[in-house]
Amino acid sequence: MRITQGAFSFLPDLTDEQITKQVQYCIDNSWAVSLEFTDDPHPRNTYWEMWGHPMFDNPDAAALMMELKECRKVYGDRYIRVVAFDASHGWESVKLSFIVNRPANEPGFHLQRQEAAGRVIRYTTRPYAADKPAGERYG
Amino acid sequence: MVENMTVTGAERYKAGVMEYRKMGYWEPDYEPKDTDIIALFRITPQDGVDPVEAAAAVAGESSTATWTVVWTDRLTACEKYRAKAYRVDPVPNAEGQYFAYIAYDLDLFEPGSIANLTASIIGNVFGFKPLKALRLEDMRLPVAYVKTFQGPATGIVVERERLDKFGRPLLGATVKPKLGLSGRNYGRVVYEALKGGLDFTKDDENINSQPFMHWRDRFLYCMEAVNKAQAETGEVKGTYLNVTAATMEDMYERADLAKELGSNIVMIDLVIGYTAIQSMAKWARRNDMILHLHRAGHSTYTRQKSHGVSFRVIAKWMRLAGVDHIHAGTVVGKLEGDPATTKGYYDVCREEFNPMRLENGIFFDQDWASLNRLMPVASGGIHAGQMHQLLDLLGEDVVLQFGGGTIGHPMGIAAGATANRVALECMVLARNEGRDIVHEGPEILQAAARHCQPLQQALDTWKDVTFNYTSTDAPDFVPTATAAE
Repeated sequence: MRITQGAFSFLPDLTDEQITKQVQYCIDNSWAVSLEFTDDPHPRNTYWEMWGHPMFDNPDAAALMMELKECRKVYGDRYIRVVAFDASHGWESVKLSFIVNRPANEPGFHLQRQEAAGRVIRYTTRPYAADKPAGERYG
Repeated sequence: MVENMTVTGAERYKAGVMEYRKMGYWEPDYEPKDTDIIALFRITPQDGVDPVEAAAAVAGESSTATWTVVWTDRLTACEKYRAKAYRVDPVPNAEGQYFAYIAYDLDLFEPGSIANLTASIIGNVFGFKPLKALRLEDMRLPVAYVKTFQGPATGIVVERERLDKFGRPLLGATVKPKLGLSGRNYGRVVYEALKGGLDFTKDDENINSQPFMHWRDRFLYCMEAVNKAQAETGEVKGTYLNVTAATMEDMYERADLAKELGSNIVMIDLVIGYTAIQSMAKWARRNDMILHLHRAGHSTYTRQKSHGVSFRVIAKWMRLAGVDHIHAGTVVGKLEGDPATTKGYYDVCREEFNPMRLENGIFFDQDWASLNRLMPVASGGIHAGQMHQLLDLLGEDVVLQFGGGTIGHPMGIAAGATANRVALECMVLARNEGRDIVHEGPEILQAAARHCQPLQQALDTWKDVTFNYTSTDAPDFVPTATAAE
């Protein structure tokens, strides 16, 4: 399967040239860009690990692309996403987020059903990859 | 400008009938206070009725007046409580119609109650005989009053955080056919659409609890579909479970089951009434639930320009009342929607501060005082081939709902959903790259369709579908007009 979190997951994987353009778009809007990575792609796993701090004062996408290269060297077997943060009043949150690196094999999720009263079912979504300890899940 | 003709002293309170403009409801020198509520009415007086007297009558009948002088006014600070018509302008290019500006003191209204506000402003006065027609065009709501309301239960930013979806419009679809599916069949449509790439599916306005599908069945099957699609895609999904019902007790019961089943969103119809909407908004805030409002019924009073209430006013009331989603038009789809007027509605939903923009039908500066923004929803006769227009006209913080445009896809529901999602993502990508999507849109879609057969089929199927009819509710002012200045 292919997890479809992020803004561009239904398109073919973005090339570095395409990623650079998106990052520059964010920077030109005065948003701070950063990288986050994880080996737990659960849809409600909000806090992916941060690859450094958001770049608040960086005018050029090239700096982030250099970090992406480094990040891929270390965590190329995991999910990596670009996150753009807008600090302006009334938003103060993420403005754009998209995946820029995925594991070669995405095993997907198991849907656990627990039958409860009145035909109610309680659902648990569990990534198959999470059967293994953190750090040993992909590759 | 007609001068002030207010009668004062003992003469004012002699028993009998007196013109409204002489009773203190026409005050051309009045300067509205920052704390006043201001209403702008379009009035069409009966033949022979003076527009100023008509405006004064509207002010009177929507505040303290009755048809005859009453001495009991003198037991009150009546000058404060009288609404004051202070300006009457002819409507450009509309003979016999006038814009009347009326100011109301804040003390005329109960804090935090849309029911009370509307009982005054649109209570009796719309049936008043000396007027042929009356329309409430816009309102200025002072910060002091705005702050007495909760506002949207969730708001655009927190909705996006909960859904983990940023930087693109959200995608939805209303399950079709709107009536007749069993719970089991209904859930099938939800599952296919969400698995295919939509973020949300939606109950239609009249899906409640009918012989063909009772509400519990619908909720149970829909949540199976949502959870299964979530596990298939690794992405947060939702379905607007319509909790509209005959009584508040029924609605709370349905909303509570939606919560117990783990739904992230519930839905209500405008026809449940302002008080029920505010109750559900408070319930939604207490229970971390996004609240979707379907504007069922609004066209009965918003569509015609001469009489009723403009939708921009309904949108303002709903932002106060506290819903998170509101249907606000598509411009290009099958339902009423002049582009300039629709932009005004979207601004009311999404801006922190609305500057006066006559060309969009916005007559006043409006400060929302950090009340959450609400997500406009575009639904009705739209399809993937219009994606460049939709993104350009409606922007990013919007739910685009393709019902027929998903479920009617020749390869099936999931393929229809995929076509819409690919069209959306390729267009956002292109826009961010700085491309001119308005002109290059069709070409961008064709290029994306080369790696997505469902998109190609969607483009082929609906390529000639447009809805070009004259709008009934275009603004009265073009950008260069100065008539109101």
